[in-house]
Amino acid sequence: MADHTVTSEVVFRIRRFDPTTDADPHWEDYRVPWPPGMTVLEGLKQIKESLSPTLAWRSSCRMGVCGSCGMFINGRPRLACNTQVSELESSLITVAPLPNFNIIRDLVPDLIPMFKAHAETQPYIIRDDTNEQQQPTGEYWQSAHQLEQYLQFSYCIKCGCCMAACPTYATDPVYAGPMPLAQAHRYNSDSRDGGFAARQQVLSGERGPWRCHFAGECSRVCPKGVDPARAIQLMKRQLVFDYLKLGKQKCPASIAKVPDGLKRREGIPETPPRTI
Amino acid sequence: MRDQRLWTWHIGAGAVILVLLGLHMTVMHLDAIVRIFNPAPGEPVDWANVVARSKSVFFLVTYVLLLGTALFHGFYGLRNILFELNPGAPAKKAMNGLFLVAGLVLFAIGTWAAWAGFTVARSA
Repeated sequence: MADHTVTSEVVFRIRRFDPTTDADPHWEDYRVPWPPGMTVLEGLKQIKESLSPTLAWRSSCRMGVCGSCGMFINGRPRLACNTQVSELESSLITVAPLPNFNIIRDLVPDLIPMFKAHAETQPYIIRDDTNEQQQPTGEYWQSAHQLEQYLQFSYCIKCGCCMAACPTYATDPVYAGPMPLAQAHRYNSDSRDGGFAARQQVLSGERGPWRCHFAGECSRVCPKGVDPARAIQLMKRQLVFDYLKLGKQKCPASIAKVPDGLKRREGIPETPPRTI
Repeated sequence: MRDQRLWTWHIGAGAVILVLLGLHMTVMHLDAIVRIFNPAPGEPVDWANVVARSKSVFFLVTYVLLLGTALFHGFYGLRNILFELNPGAPAKKAMNGLFLVAGLVLFAIGTWAAWAGFTVARSA
């Protein structure tokens, strides 16, 4: 890696597209100063402030949490805020919108198909005890082992990098894609959840995990270290076992009983009242 | 539910094929080590050995089972490849029908041939 203790310059080659004026996307180069520690997102902000005010992209948190700034940077889906210019080891940085999505404008992909597929898989805890969920009387019991079954999949920030890297999603619009499927598995493998049968309506059909070729690109590019490819294979196994009636019938976790005789330690404030 | 069912059968057929192809390789290519499937001297494809195997109900069943599983596994795989080309709903329906009919016809012909071989060998 080059030593950039002094400010130098870097060229951003950005794919631009304005549907109101352009017939097709085109590339534009911008030369910007490169101070040490600059991220790709900061470079884009410099370009917008001083070179091209019309440049459009999505970003919010600047710390790899919100998942807004997924882009195709030097041939790989990454978060712009999490990508140091120095780690790209090139003075030419190509930035394009995430592949496999329609472009709304410049670096803004249309993620609606992804979130639609996500919503179809019902990515939330489904249980029969609605009253308990509305007015909780305790906590659902879960062991450390049960937590590990889904924990890494819950780190997903829905940035769409996995969808952009998936070769099956690139060619097959019926396939739900790695993010929705991994999130469906995240809830299917949660011991507090009882919604497997509800999600099965979608997962056992054409939009389910069956088209996955296990290329593993989704896991390779995930900026949060989630392994969607593993989730999809585990989901296939779960569905096959379910068809063969070999799967364990999961009972949603019960409410943990509070032991009798407990006293609150002094100095610890009471829980604030519920606001919703 | 349909894809879940078909995928499960696809995997199951693959497992059966793995075993039966192992048996096939043993019979046809490991004859120098495993002689029980080829009682007559000479090659596994020599007439005497073919007749000896064809007389066996075990081989009749394995031939038919291998035929059925291989047809299902192969046609389902081909169907998936073609479906990934995003054909329309009528084309998908037509392909499903075509593969089903082709599979059943080939299975019937293969089963008839296996049965014919069995009866000829028995009467020889």
